Amino acid sequence: MKLADVICQDAIIAQLGSGERDAVIEELVQSLGGHIKMKAADVKALAKAVIKRENEASTGIGKGVAVPHVKHKSIREPVAVIGCSQEGIGFASLDKQPVYSVFLLLSPASNPDKHLQAMETIFKNLQKDDFRRFLRQARTPEAIIEAIKDADDDSN
Amino acid sequence: MSEQTYEIEIEIRNPEGLHMRPAMQFVDLANSFESNISVGHQDVSADAKSIMQMTMLAATCGTRLKITAVGSDADLAIEALRDLVDNKFMDDPDLAVGEKEG
Repeated sequence: MKLADVICQDAIIAQLGSGERDAVIEELVQSLGGHIKMKAADVKALAKAVIKRENEASTGIGKGVAVPHVKHKSIREPVAVIGCSQEGIGFASLDKQPVYSVFLLLSPASNPDKHLQAMETIFKNLQKDDFRRFLRQARTPEAIIEAIKDADDDSN
Repeated sequence: MSEQTYEIEIEIRNPEGLHMRPAMQFVDLANSFESNISVGHQDVSADAKSIMQMTMLAATCGTRLKITAVGSDADLAIEALRDLVDNKFMDDPDLAVGEKEG
């Protein structure tokens, strides 16, 4: 699987409006929901579910990245969005450092294997120093899309 | 302390697979040992002490993983990690907290 297969590129937010975790999650779910024709009630429920999951255990895995996610019955195929923050977001990360790149992933409730495949794709790429650096330097959605393309080409 | 190498093959039996939360439990436990521990799945080998690498394994239910520990406490590490997997990561808290609600 490629990043381009799972990331909804139109929903990418290069400069997140908030430095606060819950607001960032809401902003990303909202953006994603607008592009995959999600019902308003589902957008609300999904944002709530992601925040609940995040409160149970942080997905801030260090190195300035976090991967908040949830499995939900309203989702048919795993879909992700990237949001970047220049100021950094408090995410209660493992390394206690702020987060600059957020990958928010929504997966179907009934297909755990697909969720794992999407996570594998995201983490395989987040391990690349270059990819993380490009994301951190990106100021426009176009720059993020370019970073995704480079990472996908590099995985071949 | 003498270096020793222990290796076992385990099978992931949680219905949801080795997703992030059980992977974190695994990494936490691995980090409590001094030994170097790696987890192999097909041709991919991950550092058992790195959450990024462990999540990359995408170990679905039924996946067999090879755990290798090298170091003075390798036997203890293997035993503890095997117990964790055998207990399905304490029955996978995700299923209990209703991640599927909505």
